[in-house]
Amino acid sequence: MQGRAQTLAVMCATRGLRMIELLPWGILIGTYFLLPSYLPLATQIIVMILFALSLDLLLGYTGIVTLGHAAYYGVGAYTAGILAVSGWSEPISGLLAATAMAAIVGLVTGYIILRTKGLTLLMLGMAVTLLLEALANHFNSITGGADGLQGITMPPLLGRFEFDLYGKVGYVYAAVVLFLAWLVCRRLLLAPFGRSLVGIRENPVRMAAIGVPVARRKLVIFTVAAGLAGLAGALSAQTNQFVSLNSLSFELSGTVLVVLVLGGAGRLYGAFIGAPIYLIAQDALAKSSPTFWLFWLGLILIGIVMFSRGGVLGIVDLLRRQLAGLFGRGAAKIGEVL
Amino acid sequence: MTPALETRGLNRRFGALEVAGDINFRMEVGARRALIGPNGAGKTTFVNLLTGQLKPSSGSIFLDGSDITGLSADQRVRRGLARTFQLNTLLRGLTVLENVQLAILEHRKEGGLVLFGARAQDRAAEAAYDLLERLRLDDDALRRVSELPYGRQRLVEVAVALALEPAVLVLDEPAAGVPPADSHRMMDLIDSLPSSMAVLIIEHDMKLVFRFAREITVLVAGRILTEGPPEVIAHDQQVRDVYLGHRKHA
Amino acid sequence: MDIVNLGVGILFDGVAYGMVLYVIAVGLSVTMGLLGIANLAHGVFAMAGGYVALSLMNNAGAPFWLALVASFLAVALFSVVLERLLYRHLYGAGELEQTLLSIGLIFVATAVAHFVFGPLPQRVDIPRAISGQLVFFGQTFPTYRAFLIVVGFLLFVALWLGLDRTMIGARIRAAVDNRSMAQCLGIDTDLLFMLVFAFGSGLAALGGSLGADIVAIAPGYAMEQLVYFLIVVAVGGLGTIRGPFVAALLLGLGDTACKMLVPQFGAFFVYAAVLVVLLLKPAGLFGKA
Repeated sequence: MQGRAQTLAVMCATRGLRMIELLPWGILIGTYFLLPSYLPLATQIIVMILFALSLDLLLGYTGIVTLGHAAYYGVGAYTAGILAVSGWSEPISGLLAATAMAAIVGLVTGYIILRTKGLTLLMLGMAVTLLLEALANHFNSITGGADGLQGITMPPLLGRFEFDLYGKVGYVYAAVVLFLAWLVCRRLLLAPFGRSLVGIRENPVRMAAIGVPVARRKLVIFTVAAGLAGLAGALSAQTNQFVSLNSLSFELSGTVLVVLVLGGAGRLYGAFIGAPIYLIAQDALAKSSPTFWLFWLGLILIGIVMFSRGGVLGIVDLLRRQLAGLFGRGAAKIGEVL
Repeated sequence: MTPALETRGLNRRFGALEVAGDINFRMEVGARRALIGPNGAGKTTFVNLLTGQLKPSSGSIFLDGSDITGLSADQRVRRGLARTFQLNTLLRGLTVLENVQLAILEHRKEGGLVLFGARAQDRAAEAAYDLLERLRLDDDALRRVSELPYGRQRLVEVAVALALEPAVLVLDEPAAGVPPADSHRMMDLIDSLPSSMAVLIIEHDMKLVFRFAREITVLVAGRILTEGPPEVIAHDQQVRDVYLGHRKHA
Repeated sequence: MDIVNLGVGILFDGVAYGMVLYVIAVGLSVTMGLLGIANLAHGVFAMAGGYVALSLMNNAGAPFWLALVASFLAVALFSVVLERLLYRHLYGAGELEQTLLSIGLIFVATAVAHFVFGPLPQRVDIPRAISGQLVFFGQTFPTYRAFLIVVGFLLFVALWLGLDRTMIGARIRAAVDNRSMAQCLGIDTDLLFMLVFAFGSGLAALGGSLGADIVAIAPGYAMEQLVYFLIVVAVGGLGTIRGPFVAALLLGLGDTACKMLVPQFGAFFVYAAVLVVLLLKPAGLFGKA
């Protein structure tokens, strides 16, 4: 067996950046140059990746199953939108304000929600979303109600880059925000805090038995996830220059859940895989027949549950293991985080 | 001298059913205490009350003189009270080293770190390896818990509790499920526990009990029947009745 | 006297709505408590029941009572098929898997309903015997609503007595308490659970059919009403019969009151109240912590 120095070296190496983790960024950069007419769709995909990433922190890593994550996305979107319409339209500070607002709402609602579990927790998440939707609908003079919040105009980013009609600036803006969020998430998940979340997901009793303040950690990650969801919403508001009531819908909560599970939850990159697949497929198929789309989506979900719980990444893992077995590289994947 | 662990009038009922009745229990610093009793006597319930997995209906618990009755399980651990479980609760998908590393990080209050976590993790990994080496479990350091034989897992469970450097350690049937070939390792491990640590063991294996314990507490139907050194308990008629009687009805 | 009229109207409609919710949601509560399955697709059974009953009545001219019985049996059978094919594989699985399965089922059912029956709500023709108005103390009440209230209450009493007084009830309670122990006593828990699941789903179908007058049967039914069924079960306390009854009444009254008194806020106050209740009692009003 391995000695002390080797063992410790293996432990250290699990944190290292693997080459394949740069792939998404390569694709993002490539898209800018090779597919300029698809930039608006690509920006939507980036926003969805960020949103699904925020859910992954909660669901994939900590094991908190919620159907109410759209609430925080919506709070972020409306905060950024309302700020812009009311005269404070500097983009970056708008993003920060929206993130903070979503985090605060997350903290308060999270406190109530996390005291419950299972079906009750699921229901409370939905109730929060519906409550906020009802509020947004009522105060339609501020939020635009069912028509949506319109008339958001964004001044040039950093004073220099105009938000152009082709979506170029919006795309780069979104990509940079995603990059920064990704850095933060990756750092957080590989740190002791992130590792303890996995423990909480697997066995909360065990974690309490080693002195982890489980309830507190859950609330912290809930707040962080809410803030990130708000960031995604705000980004959407600023790049689309429009916010609809859909941002606060149960439907959106369901969508982001599907996106994440499709790609693979708890793997950090599930969001990066699920979002493009979902949105591109939806763009191609849903327009012709929404009923058809819904039917197949439902079947795929059932299929994922019955056959491949890990989504696309789960299938990739399976293939990787088969191939590794084939080529004899059966080294144990120690501390596989991502 | 302040006892390491003490309960006064500890009581727990579920409706009309009393699972713990008016328990007054004391354990001194450095104690070696065994808790025995027939099945269903409430031994694990008592331990759950001590460590916070269960809230008492009435009564209080003191750790080194401080009242911990109102504290949650994780708060008690941070005060120095650690336990193992009757059924293994290790994180099965993680390696042995990672399980111990997690415990060490939490013990050092570094478990919630996000910044500067890398260095803390490396230091904790080192300490974890050293602990495993001392317990002669280092061969399994990089193996996933789910791949280990059950007897080994039980040993790792104790290692994790030790990583918390508790003042009071509670072991819930540590030898349960350990095959005879590995049980001597468990006994050696328990023998090697620091003399400053108060240790409470729940056990059915009388060989282990008599080898380890300096004092025995007998629990029957949620109440303490009697307490005393092993030689006295071994010849106590009441205890024999309780055990032999139950064996007749088994 | 306008306020009295309004108050009586809210009371009556609210209680009737509550009864419908109860009949549908009680099956979910028992299934959840018994099988530990978070079946969010429970609303699909209610919707299916509504479609079956209404189709029989509208297209085949079947009498009301027959349509109700047929929808109960058809959906109960259908639920058993689903249980054997899908749900039974998830008994030990995590919450996430159950949630995803249920959502998948909701999507598929919604799409199928849309395809087969179209997007519009189904027409409801209440049989003449129980339609019209009753007059009591100078107030008029829709007869059908009164009928719903009576039926709901009778069902509640029947379930309560059934669970408490019969052998089957005792077996169910035993199995919920300790499945393996119950099996040792010779209770076929597999069969028992299947029967209870079928019964609960049949009840949902019944509730959906009976309530079609209040909650319209349309493709979006399962998704739109989901939160209400969950509120009844969560606020009432999972796995109980009595808790959901009270919760359903409160919800029915609260929602109706909101719709009539503060329609511009929608159900905001209902959701806010739910949050407050669960903040104070996370296990529900009658739940075991």
